[in-house]
Amino acid sequence: MSMNRRVVITGIGVVAPGEPGTKAFWERITEGRTATRTVTSFDPSPFRSRIAAEVDFDPRREGLSAQEARRMDRSVQFAVVSVREARADSGIELRDLSPDRTGVSMGTAVGATINLDEEYRILSDGGRRWVVDPAYAVPHLYDYLVPSAMAREVAWDVGAEGPVGVVSAGCTSGLDSVGHAVELIREGTVDVMFAGAADAPISPITVACFDAIKATSNRNDDPEHALRPFDRTRNGFVLGEGGAVLVLEELQHAVNRRAHIYAEIVGFASRSNAYHMTGLRPDGREMAAAITAALDQARLVPEAIGYVNAHGTATRQNDRHETAAFKEALGAHAYATPVSSIKAVVGHSLGGIGSIEVAATALALEHGVVPPTANLTEPDPELDLDYVPLTARTKRLDVALTVGSGFGGFQSAMLLARV
Amino acid sequence: MQTAVTGIGVVAPNGVGIGEFWANTLDARSGITEIQRFDASAYPLRTAGEVNDFEPSRHLPGRLIPQTDRMTQMALAAADWALTDAAVDTSRADPLTMGVVTANAAGGFEFGQRELENLWARGPEHVSAYQSFAWFYAVNTGQISIRHGLRGPTGVLVAEQAGGLDAIGHARRHARHGVQLVVTGGMESTLCPWGIAAQVPNGRLSDHDDPRRAYVPFDAEARGYVPGEGGAILIVEDAAKAWERGAPRVYGLIAGYRATFDPRPGSPRPYRVEEAIRGALADADLAPGDIDLVFADAAGVPELDRAEAAALAAVFGPCAVPVTAPKTMFGRLNGGGAALDAAMALLAIRDGLAPPTVNVGALAEGCEIDLVRETRRMPVRAALVVARGYGGFNSAMVLTAQPPG
Repeated sequence: MSMNRRVVITGIGVVAPGEPGTKAFWERITEGRTATRTVTSFDPSPFRSRIAAEVDFDPRREGLSAQEARRMDRSVQFAVVSVREARADSGIELRDLSPDRTGVSMGTAVGATINLDEEYRILSDGGRRWVVDPAYAVPHLYDYLVPSAMAREVAWDVGAEGPVGVVSAGCTSGLDSVGHAVELIREGTVDVMFAGAADAPISPITVACFDAIKATSNRNDDPEHALRPFDRTRNGFVLGEGGAVLVLEELQHAVNRRAHIYAEIVGFASRSNAYHMTGLRPDGREMAAAITAALDQARLVPEAIGYVNAHGTATRQNDRHETAAFKEALGAHAYATPVSSIKAVVGHSLGGIGSIEVAATALALEHGVVPPTANLTEPDPELDLDYVPLTARTKRLDVALTVGSGFGGFQSAMLLARV
Repeated sequence: MQTAVTGIGVVAPNGVGIGEFWANTLDARSGITEIQRFDASAYPLRTAGEVNDFEPSRHLPGRLIPQTDRMTQMALAAADWALTDAAVDTSRADPLTMGVVTANAAGGFEFGQRELENLWARGPEHVSAYQSFAWFYAVNTGQISIRHGLRGPTGVLVAEQAGGLDAIGHARRHARHGVQLVVTGGMESTLCPWGIAAQVPNGRLSDHDDPRRAYVPFDAEARGYVPGEGGAILIVEDAAKAWERGAPRVYGLIAGYRATFDPRPGSPRPYRVEEAIRGALADADLAPGDIDLVFADAAGVPELDRAEAAALAAVFGPCAVPVTAPKTMFGRLNGGGAALDAAMALLAIRDGLAPPTVNVGALAEGCEIDLVRETRRMPVRAALVVARGYGGFNSAMVLTAQPPG
């Protein structure tokens, strides 16, 4: 890729658990105010894990029309509300965009799972018919089958006619979709990409499948404190939902229109562990390789990194895995770098979280504030980095790293820098 | 820097493995039949391109079978064959320099239907422990990477039927950035009852019950598409490095690629498939006259057929280039379809044979194309593949013969 085309973030839109909007999100994560609670969108009583981090989201209040709300799965609604906020934040007017040089790259891990689950239940009459009855299908059922509907809706919203697509790499989708957009701008066929991710996985089938492998926390009696990254008493993640969209521009394009620049994306890389669909090798070698490759791309040394936004899913294997990866990639500097996870606050929204965390990392650079790891009251003695427990820290930041790790063995790393 | 395809693995309704598939395709043997997998008599769609002679236990270790959907079993087998075809010994290269990028659009839908049934008919505790990773869109990439120890960059792209080209284009990007080898392509299967029922509302499924008339793109009587299952997995490498390691053959080069997106319905702006084709040609540094053969997207929906024919006429001139749609023999394979078209383009280049389009009668008004109706012997130095995905996704790719010497 051409290294002389630089890519910057000029707009941010976030729909995260709690109240939608970037401002509400940033306040919540820096205050460490967790949004995890007992599931309200369906009756969770038959399930092992009955808690989730939900968005208080009313599509009509967020500006979607009645028909948009019907056509779009909840995950797509998050994406569209996010892109509208991001574009408004960037100050780009639709008339300023050249359609052919504008693209969309959206990530999602599980697509329209809420609508697919619900429609299956009806077409199969509660699971009684293997040969389901298409006469009961809603008009937009195929839009739920294909997750590319999310990219389509975002593209329609901004009038993009360049490359448009979905990246679906499980729980690294939200990092990989942004990384993909960066590559497209660097290659030169587009100047502006609307890039992000969204997921709305809080559905009976998703809750059941994580129940089956005990990946989620069953701390049902204390939901606010259930997701405990790097804590000795952790017992798994809590499902979240939400999304984020970033306006990415080629640097000169942003400078020419005097845009506010949050940060530059200076490096991105992904690797796989080729180990197990859900397991992680404790040595974290492939995540370390992704971090090192991102550093090489950015022509930065590990010592440049001032903050690491961790994957932090509060499983023992993840916490050990990424801690080992940070040590391998950053060497002694790992011990001097604050590492935190915002998942205790907003849960794990699978593919959506990667883009939410890119947004958090950009905001950390912008404000010079490291968001804390909430719920980290009893540090795991096996883990010896600085995980920023409970309270945010003020720190001038020039470069920050955000990482993701997902089922399938995918490991991704992205570096952001102040411009 | 040139990017080569050095191995191909295919699973298609009219043939499993490239030998059988290509021979049957050149012989115009269709794999579209009445739906056999379940009683579809109450469905508006009666025909499909089912793969009925793929027995996973013949190709995969027993432990992998209960944890994978049918499409993943086919993807794993095709990846094995493609790596063998390319004579790659994955144990001899640095695993961090070998990656996997596949297209997908529906995930393990049949696996998902079984687990949804377990959930709703029997209760959450009956949902399989494998569901969490057997159905999601990334599963083929993950399983291929694990099976062959490929630890380099991975990816999964979704753009409905256009995704297969996007995946191959992304694989080329990785190869250009120094990745030694990328396993790419796409594989799909949505022929379970839930997978077909969910396609009904898109309004494009053919309701014709004669397998020979159900999917006839560009025909005056075109009335929709027939879905199929299958796809292709390709091995992509930097061409110079492929020769260096002694790859037995280079099928061809990935010379050009471009993706565009259509304006939303109701917009006065035109479809953008022509821009994708022109972009792929420009990327390949070729003129329209350099293209010997076009593999059409061939939607089978009259308006979309006309739009594609018009785009081809605008770029090449009316009837100025042979156009073929062998997918009339196996249906539209969603994330697998464009990858299989790319595989056929490479085989056409290798053999100097243009595979036929079957069952299409008189062309619809506005479809001025030179349709290849019988296998044609002709030199194919450069082929164009066009792919469009539901929702407005357009991708185009130019594949070329390896220049002599």
